[in-house]
Amino acid sequence: MDVKNLKDYLHWLYYQYLLITSIYVLEPWEQTLFNTVLFTMVAMVIYTSYVFVPIHVRLALKFFSGLCGGQQESTVALIS
Amino acid sequence: MTESSANKPANGDACHRASGAKKPGRNGYVKSPHLIQQKHCHAKERSHHVITCNGGLYSRPFDESFEETPMLVAVLTYMGYGILTLFGYLRDFLREWKIEKCHIAREREEQRDFVPLYQDFENFYTRNLYMRIRDSWNRPICSVPGARMDLVERLSHDYNWTFQHMGKVIKDVINMGSYNYLGFAENSGACLEAAAEATAEYGVGVSSTRQELGNLDKHEELEKLVARFLGVEATMAFGMGFATNSMNIPALAGKGCLILSDELNHASLVLGARLSGSTIRVFKHNNMQSLEKLLRDAIVHGQPRTHRPWKKILIVVEGIYSMEGSIVRLPEVIALKKKYKAYLYLDEAHSIGALGPHGRGVIDYFGLDPRDVDILMGTFTKSFGAAGGYIGGKKELIDYLRTHSHSAVYATSMSPPVVEQIITSMKCIMGEDGTTVGQERIQRLADNTTYFRRKLREMGFIIYGNNDSPVVPVMLYMPAKIGAFSREMLKRNIGVVVVGFPATPIIESRARFCVSAAHTRDMLDVALSAISEVGDLLQLKYSRHRALLTADWSSDDTSYDGIEN
Repeated sequence: MDVKNLKDYLHWLYYQYLLITSIYVLEPWEQTLFNTVLFTMVAMVIYTSYVFVPIHVRLALKFFSGLCGGQQESTVALIS
Repeated sequence: MTESSANKPANGDACHRASGAKKPGRNGYVKSPHLIQQKHCHAKERSHHVITCNGGLYSRPFDESFEETPMLVAVLTYMGYGILTLFGYLRDFLREWKIEKCHIAREREEQRDFVPLYQDFENFYTRNLYMRIRDSWNRPICSVPGARMDLVERLSHDYNWTFQHMGKVIKDVINMGSYNYLGFAENSGACLEAAAEATAEYGVGVSSTRQELGNLDKHEELEKLVARFLGVEATMAFGMGFATNSMNIPALAGKGCLILSDELNHASLVLGARLSGSTIRVFKHNNMQSLEKLLRDAIVHGQPRTHRPWKKILIVVEGIYSMEGSIVRLPEVIALKKKYKAYLYLDEAHSIGALGPHGRGVIDYFGLDPRDVDILMGTFTKSFGAAGGYIGGKKELIDYLRTHSHSAVYATSMSPPVVEQIITSMKCIMGEDGTTVGQERIQRLADNTTYFRRKLREMGFIIYGNNDSPVVPVMLYMPAKIGAFSREMLKRNIGVVVVGFPATPIIESRARFCVSAAHTRDMLDVALSAISEVGDLLQLKYSRHRALLTADWSSDDTSYDGIEN
């Protein structure tokens, strides 16, 4: 029965989402439109973070370790 | 609205009054005050709120609370309204460019260049928000609106622009929205028989105004009875409650007078004040410091440019404010009125019959003298199961109103069966019909009110207002929850009234329950379990103060801040 409970729980979560964003009062095509736009934006955010965040984090770590740890290191080593 | 849980035992007497505190017929105030009173004597000096105990003005604790809106809920509510506004713009755009059919009133093509009749933007809210959840309002009732009623089932195929009646009726819906405080809205019993007899004798229409040929002996009888009921010298009855306010205030105040009106006064009072032509100043809701400041400024500075003294100063307040469920601080208002020599107009629309150990209204509730209030106004719509309003006061005042009030001179007088209904129900409340039915109803209303409010608070809803008021607003906040709450409650066979903007501030939408003496404990239990279920389904239990309100709280600082759950 866990699947049934899970389905009910997800349905209830979706209902809360409808209520909080006030989509509940809109007509079905407006709901679809809003969901599509929101999903697209969330997908873009996830894609961007997947592609760019590791590189930025690595660069930041290198910068800070270069700053704190090795004052002897030359700047050439940092750029490569 | 800030947290102000003001529980005031009123004075030093409170400590030794505690032993004899249980009086008979106390309007349901059954909480045992012993522990609280004693501890409050010490807590008084340490309390956060600088409200003094007002030198013995209050004979019982004044227990009001307006819990503050949780920050997250407020932000989400604004976001919800923002999204709906965006979609409103989208739909307006589609209607403008004829991509979608427009159901709302429009001018004809030929009149396009004329001065516009229909202001499109003002109706933005109505078109785009109200219409979508319109099925929560204007539901046709096809039975007497007693404790249970029958509703006509409506279907809409075009999202609430039009409704079809399929011929089906939803039966025995528990009625939590009618202003039926003492249960006199019934279709059987003594009141009905008396009204039927009056119809048989006098007919239904009066066909004239009071001044001309519309003054029946029944009207005179009614006015004498109401005067006796209220404890004033004379009263005058009118056919419509709204018209009583809006047509009589212009007769009482005029240019050169000052009207000090509460922030949340009813539309009829506001309309009457505006029609009168007096200067209107508004004080914060139930806030005596604000009122006193306005009074002092008015007396010191006089009229705006000439600085002449005001001809009269009229303070306009209501007994129970129906949107908040709060009760006016009448002892303090009367003290202020006497100190600054102003006049007081008290609108007891919701409190007459519903408050007080003998049902005589908010004056009875506080144990004051009706002669202290200059103009006592009330309606017969709520507790008496009839229609109309009255104004009571000194004989000279009422005689003046008989000739100078618009309503008396131009409006048709009250219909005889309605007058008879009021006479019978009032005699029942006073106990003059030889039974104790009236007193039982008053007691039952008080018990129901206390029970209902306590249970809702325990469940964790945010309830506004005074603990003794039979009007219970439960906060909903988010616009989608307004429609969802109403529909879910109807699915569980309970009819409720939900209120949103513009009757309330934009984020503080609420569901307003009216407790009635006709509700039995079982009905209230059924209603409460349904409310709890819907509250869990819609996540409405916002309150951060749970598990409160038993007589054994430790009344140190936590009694004002609430106990964190």
